[in-house]
Amino acid sequence: MNQPQVITVSELTKMIKASLEQPQFHNIAVEGEISNFKHHTSGHMYFTLKDETSRIKAVMFRSRNARLTFVPQDGDTVIVIGSLGVYEPNGEYQIYVDQMLPQGVGALHMQFEALKQKLAQEGLFAAERKRKLPFLPRKIGIITSPTGAAVRDCISVIRRRYPAMDILVIPAIVQGEAGPPSIIAALELAAGRSDLDVIILARGGGSIEELWSFNDENVARAIAACPIPVVSGVGHETDFTIADFAADLRAPTPSAAAELAVPDYRDLAQMVDQYMKQLIMTVEKTLHEKRQAVAYLTERRVFLRPEERIQREQQRIDELISTISRIMAHRFSITKQALENLAGKLDSLSPLAVLARGYAVCQKMDQSVVTDTRQVSCGEWVTVRLKSGSLLCQVEEGGTKTLE
Amino acid sequence: MSEQEITFEEAIKDLEEVVRKLEDGTVSLDESLQLFEKGVELARLCRAKLDQFEAKIEILLERNGESVTEPFAQKETE
Repeated sequence: MNQPQVITVSELTKMIKASLEQPQFHNIAVEGEISNFKHHTSGHMYFTLKDETSRIKAVMFRSRNARLTFVPQDGDTVIVIGSLGVYEPNGEYQIYVDQMLPQGVGALHMQFEALKQKLAQEGLFAAERKRKLPFLPRKIGIITSPTGAAVRDCISVIRRRYPAMDILVIPAIVQGEAGPPSIIAALELAAGRSDLDVIILARGGGSIEELWSFNDENVARAIAACPIPVVSGVGHETDFTIADFAADLRAPTPSAAAELAVPDYRDLAQMVDQYMKQLIMTVEKTLHEKRQAVAYLTERRVFLRPEERIQREQQRIDELISTISRIMAHRFSITKQALENLAGKLDSLSPLAVLARGYAVCQKMDQSVVTDTRQVSCGEWVTVRLKSGSLLCQVEEGGTKTLE
Repeated sequence: MSEQEITFEEAIKDLEEVVRKLEDGTVSLDESLQLFEKGVELARLCRAKLDQFEAKIEILLERNGESVTEPFAQKETE
């Protein structure tokens, strides 16, 4: 018989660890009752999970348990999901817990995850399937219990944001067995109407069991098939339902759903007014600019003083006239001078001037001028014209004309 | 452009476009006056769209197998 090989405790523990930390012990879900629960000051949780016949140690580190939505305590039946491991210092095997769910809830949760995965794979939640909510719906349908807090919240939010918005409440049973068929019927009723532009699917907060109607596969399909955009507002902030994933838009609460579905009247009115103001401003600006351009042109001298040109022309005419006058005056004076010269000459030639110098003109009675003694005979009467007056004289001698 | 056919969103988009064109400043005076008129009409239309509602709150009820709407009276308690 062979002597067994001696190994150390550490070596043995390593071998045990290696044999336990196998894929088959990864990501296992185990149901059991909590005992010896201890939330250490380090933040880690240590406890034992047990059933009627067995127990196993479990640890849930701080990083994992921070997301727990409930406080575990001794006696709670829970489902833990995690992996098996060996804690070498103590030689203990234990479950390293990733997730812990209260029993019941745990089962529902797994159902939820399975359905979510199935529908996601089908593409039911795909982003490209999501329809855009109308900017301003004509009328809003609210599918919910007509007596719940959700309908009141939705209506008051819609009233606040858009006082005149038209609302149609489509009653549905929102919990229990009758929930899913009632919600589906309401969705179909809404889809059959032509006046609704958006649907709010709402339910107030409640336990996960109470919200379970919204994790129904057929409800999810009815939401996805609804031709009108659907906003879901189910439960509280932290509650996620399959309906939320199937909806076109998920809101954390019914009030938030109403908020998303309806624009704020004041915002829209303000937007319109703002555009109106901009319109007026820009047109006034344009007009002002054009007016200025016109003003700039008309303020030029030609436009400003149209009479100036006329005055200028008149001035030119005046100048021309005065030039002409000057020339004419000049001409006139020259002519006058010449005339005077001539007059002077004429004067010197005048017989009167000769007479003035003492000469006289002798005329016969027939007015003929006597220039030769032979023209007259002695004894003949002649007129002698002097400078002033004339003399009647009788030729006494010198006349050589012979009498006939 | 009929008032029935155009939605608020379309009208406000058109209005935005008109304002943008006007602000651009490259349009002629005649054109800008036409745009202004169009803009004023669109703003009026937007306002009309905003105020078209009657503040009706109704509930859809099933009566003798037919859906009927009735004014919705909110109950104070659940």
